[in-house]
Amino acid sequence: MIEIDSITFGYQPALPIFENFSWQVQRGEAWAVIGPSGCGKSTLLSLIAGLLRPQQGSIRVDGQPLTRPRPQTGLIIQDYGLLPWATVRENARLGLRVRNFYGPDGVHAPADYQRTLDVEPWLERLGLLPFAGQYPAQLSGGQRQRTAIARTLALNPDVMLMDEPFSSLDAPTREGLQRLTLELWQEGGLTLILVTHAIEEAALLGQKILLLNQPPNRTAQIIENPLNLQPGYRETDAYRALCRHLRERLEGV
Amino acid sequence: MKRRDLLLASAGLLLFWQVIAKVVNQPILPPPDRVLITLWNETITGNLSGHFFASLSRVAASTLLAIFTAAPAGLALGQFKRLNAFFSPIIYILYPVPKVVFVPVVLLFLGIGDLSKIVVIYLILFFQILVLVRDQAANLHPELIRSVRSLGAGRLALFRFVFLPASIPGILTALRQSVGTAVAVLYIAELFATQQGLGYYIYLNGNTLFNYPAMYAGVIAMSILGLGLYFTVDGLERLLCPWQVKNRSTSG
Repeated sequence: MIEIDSITFGYQPALPIFENFSWQVQRGEAWAVIGPSGCGKSTLLSLIAGLLRPQQGSIRVDGQPLTRPRPQTGLIIQDYGLLPWATVRENARLGLRVRNFYGPDGVHAPADYQRTLDVEPWLERLGLLPFAGQYPAQLSGGQRQRTAIARTLALNPDVMLMDEPFSSLDAPTREGLQRLTLELWQEGGLTLILVTHAIEEAALLGQKILLLNQPPNRTAQIIENPLNLQPGYRETDAYRALCRHLRERLEGV
Repeated sequence: MKRRDLLLASAGLLLFWQVIAKVVNQPILPPPDRVLITLWNETITGNLSGHFFASLSRVAASTLLAIFTAAPAGLALGQFKRLNAFFSPIIYILYPVPKVVFVPVVLLFLGIGDLSKIVVIYLILFFQILVLVRDQAANLHPELIRSVRSLGAGRLALFRFVFLPASIPGILTALRQSVGTAVAVLYIAELFATQQGLGYYIYLNGNTLFNYPAMYAGVIAMSILGLGLYFTVDGLERLLCPWQVKNRSTSG
């Protein structure tokens, strides 16, 4: 689904964050990307989202070379990115409004896009209907992030990129949204890439885990985590062992 | 603000005026009932409404001109750091200069017609809108822009869905803050070389004709103009920025 082929990227050419870096993500996989701050986690997501272009090498998503943001890729960010002047419902509609604005041109919206503003099923699925008329400033952090997720899912994405989505939430809210994310992923069709600095979150959500180092990153260090969907995984020895292993690898950096 | 409270406040002020007029008992302070009757007569039979609309159209023209030039400039300054770095010292120096002192200068350059009066008020509104819209645009986090771009928005959609709605509250706040000054400066500007406008009307009746009730009627008309503009901006804010009104009421 995502093929990153020997890319080099740095905000300053002399200090590359990725150098000749390659990484593949198969359709339907759930990845967690973890690493110390400044390792390039968010940069990697921006590259996959098409918001940044590599200086060398290429990125292909769904077989197509990536040259600009792709309408079927959704991005969720830490501080939600909601419009303060729009209600929950209007925020959830924003992506659709952008698509309606351009029409089905195949660039900003898929070529087979049917005009709609219907976000009610997603508001209901994410428990937002009671707040649909409220503004972001009136909501809790968890509700805001649910709104951002509804906005992205309304676009029917096949790739969902999440950039530290739950970092500013309290623990119960965070766990609720982590469960929700896994459910949404299991419901099918989504390729999920979640960037986090929290070891536990990576171990819970990542079927596979990509470990990044202090730049430049040259090779993709991959840790398999096939058991993460088992019920009660959070309580198992395998989970604890994985967390310990990740911690050692991160501290060894 | 409740309508009932506003009515009560108006009644209180009129009562206060009535009492003071009784105490002073001089032609230079006629009681409100006489002034209101004069206001009515001057509006119906005299030319007060003509002066009112002359003043109103000057303010309206300056306001529209200021919005359509200052808002785009403010958006640009708020989004492009280098542009702002270049212009912000200039704005910093010009912003606090009382624009009313430019009245004679503008009159010299642009003559005594409507244009000079419009330009003077425009100068006041321009800087106010420019600075507030700039700050509002600078507050749009790069992260917000990033997430809206990830939804597929190009430049046009970003403008339509982010920058345009983001600049409206700045414009309205600027207008709310400066509408009083604008009307005050309009008064000054209308003292010079014109025979149309409330400033002229007040000055003529007060200092030339010594028709004090008519002078006060002019003062009331000017107050109505200022209040009307203020209420219009307030109403627009309720209509266009309900989230601000709501947030203000929830935060106390």
